[in-house]
Amino acid sequence: MSEQEILAFDKADAIVDVPTHYCPGCQHGVAQRLAGELLSEMGLTENTLLVTSIGCSVFLYNYLKVDSVEAPHGRAPAVATGVKRARGDKFVLSYQGDGDLASIGMAEIMHCANRGEKVSIIFVNNTVYGMTGGQMAPTTLEGQKTTTSPAGRNPAKEGLPIRMAEIIGQLGGTAYSARVALNNVKNIRKAKKAMKKAFEVQQAGLGFGFVELLATCPTNWRMTPIQANERIENEMIPYFPLGVYKDVTAED
Amino acid sequence: MAKNGEKLFIKGNEAISRGAIAAGLKCYFGYPITPQNDIPEYMSAALPAAGGEFVQAESEVAAANMLIGSASCGVRCMTSSSSPGVSLKQEAISYLAGSQLPAVIVNMSRGGPGLGDIGPSQGDYFQSTKGGGHGDYRTLVLAPGTCQEAYDLIIEAFDLAFKYRNPVMILGDAIIGQMKEPVITWTPEEKAHDEGLNWRIEGAEGRDHRIIKSLFLSEGSLAEHNKTLQDKYDDMAKHTKQELFETEDAELIVVAYGSIGRIVKSTIRKMRAQGHKVGLFRPITLYPFPSQELKSLAEQGKKFLTIEHNLGQMVEDVRLSIRTIRDSDFFGFMPGNLPTPDDFEEPILKSLGGK
Ligand SMILES: Cc1ncc(C[n+]2csc(CCOP(=O)(O)OP(=O)(O)O)c2C)c(N)n1
Ligand code: SF4
Repeated sequence: MSEQEILAFDKADAIVDVPTHYCPGCQHGVAQRLAGELLSEMGLTENTLLVTSIGCSVFLYNYLKVDSVEAPHGRAPAVATGVKRARGDKFVLSYQGDGDLASIGMAEIMHCANRGEKVSIIFVNNTVYGMTGGQMAPTTLEGQKTTTSPAGRNPAKEGLPIRMAEIIGQLGGTAYSARVALNNVKNIRKAKKAMKKAFEVQQAGLGFGFVELLATCPTNWRMTPIQANERIENEMIPYFPLGVYKDVTAED
Repeated sequence: MAKNGEKLFIKGNEAISRGAIAAGLKCYFGYPITPQNDIPEYMSAALPAAGGEFVQAESEVAAANMLIGSASCGVRCMTSSSSPGVSLKQEAISYLAGSQLPAVIVNMSRGGPGLGDIGPSQGDYFQSTKGGGHGDYRTLVLAPGTCQEAYDLIIEAFDLAFKYRNPVMILGDAIIGQMKEPVITWTPEEKAHDEGLNWRIEGAEGRDHRIIKSLFLSEGSLAEHNKTLQDKYDDMAKHTKQELFETEDAELIVVAYGSIGRIVKSTIRKMRAQGHKVGLFRPITLYPFPSQELKSLAEQGKKFLTIEHNLGQMVEDVRLSIRTIRDSDFFGFMPGNLPTPDDFEEPILKSLGGK
């Protein structure tokens, strides 16, 4: 550490001290850091069983100091169901991208939520398939160019982007569903609060907890990290409104 | 090792379900498909009553993936289905094998390909014994010929799954699933191989975290992993099991498995009474295939006829086993129909008369 560098705060104990593989400006790292901090703060590190998924986040099991199992593409909610049914006494966390959760794994997420499985799912929406090189996702915005929508997503042929937090909020087994964004410090703080809530409903045995995070993929968006943050503000939030879509703990 | 035997008159599907619970089943995940519906139906009431978890999944895909989750916790878990459903489970079966997870998958197979019919067939032999999903992996496959054997083999299936940390399949068919027979139940006093599981996920308390995965990206690590798996498959070769019936002085050995093996046994009884020197070799483990045992019969100069309820699948393993000595004839009974012992008399006579 050079003389100018001052260690402002420690990493949480749930976070492994290794460099991550993410591109510069990618917010998978931010999301996972928040998850790690919460596990530490809530005393859950040694009690957590993590289900990881397919996509750029596949190595999450290397970054969180918790016992983990890797699920096939899209199936994390089913794997998490199996984990929770076998170990109802444990805290079960899963983490999925938009291709993983809203495309191949659409059935699994809907039914896991509808059954009210007592698990928490963090959903990273970056409007694109990151790992496979920037193809169109179910969340790709209208007109957005990707490698498989070179002329921009055309709703007449490809449908409109799917709003997952709203859909999950409609299901009977859902205890908490919210959408937050990771584009600035204020929103990151709110994101952590929402994630905490999703964890708490599981701990209280109330049902399924879901948090959608609007996040950047500067590489596949062909943008600088700063432009990517601006895109969340200017293009994503207008279509994917932030907010809480269901909270069974809220008082009327 | 047995305790509290009870004599029941039950279907093969119920024998499977009761055997699995006696073996210490904790989690069952299923989805309806004929002719195995009795299994999820039985489990939905009996397993929760026995302190376990039952989930009717949204699909066979989900059910098999739930199996990955429970298996990674080191509990005894299973799923069941029939042919089209088992095709859907193959993704997870490959991941179970790649992640070295113990689980039991029951296939009460039916006629195919495609939607086929709901009648009996042995058309899933290739899928069961040669992988079925992607990658180089093997599933232990046990094929019961009676309801009692279905009960006994599912108990053994769990022990083998934990011994090898590998998926084990019970391959039955619509006949075995649907017929009723007397079954003497028993409960194993010990569960073999599932104590002190230092690989399962349980919360990283006071130790480094564990990762159950099938992704091996760093240079050479996948090769290393596949080598480990291969060594395991080589070791499994010790677990061959077969039934020999009237083989000693037989000129012709009929090779048949599962319910067809049992029907052929009746044909052989009848033909023996008529003075024909025929015998039955019924493989009980389809993977590993009892090649050595079959080969030693070939060394005694016997002729072979493979009979299957399909258009010729196991016959390839029979031929591989005896290829250095002789060939096997083949008779395939068309899927979609139900054979009787009489259906096999003519092909057996033809093979007996051949060279
Ligand atoms: C069955 C299957 N189909 C396709 C793939 C290839 N694949 C790997 S990652 C991925 C997309 C992941 O995208 P997303 O969930 O949006 O995550 P991101 O990479 O953007 O974080 C795909 C299609 C796979 N691994 N398995
Ligand atoms: S490709 Fe996109 S999602 Fe993947 S690590 Fe890079 S920035 Fe992140």
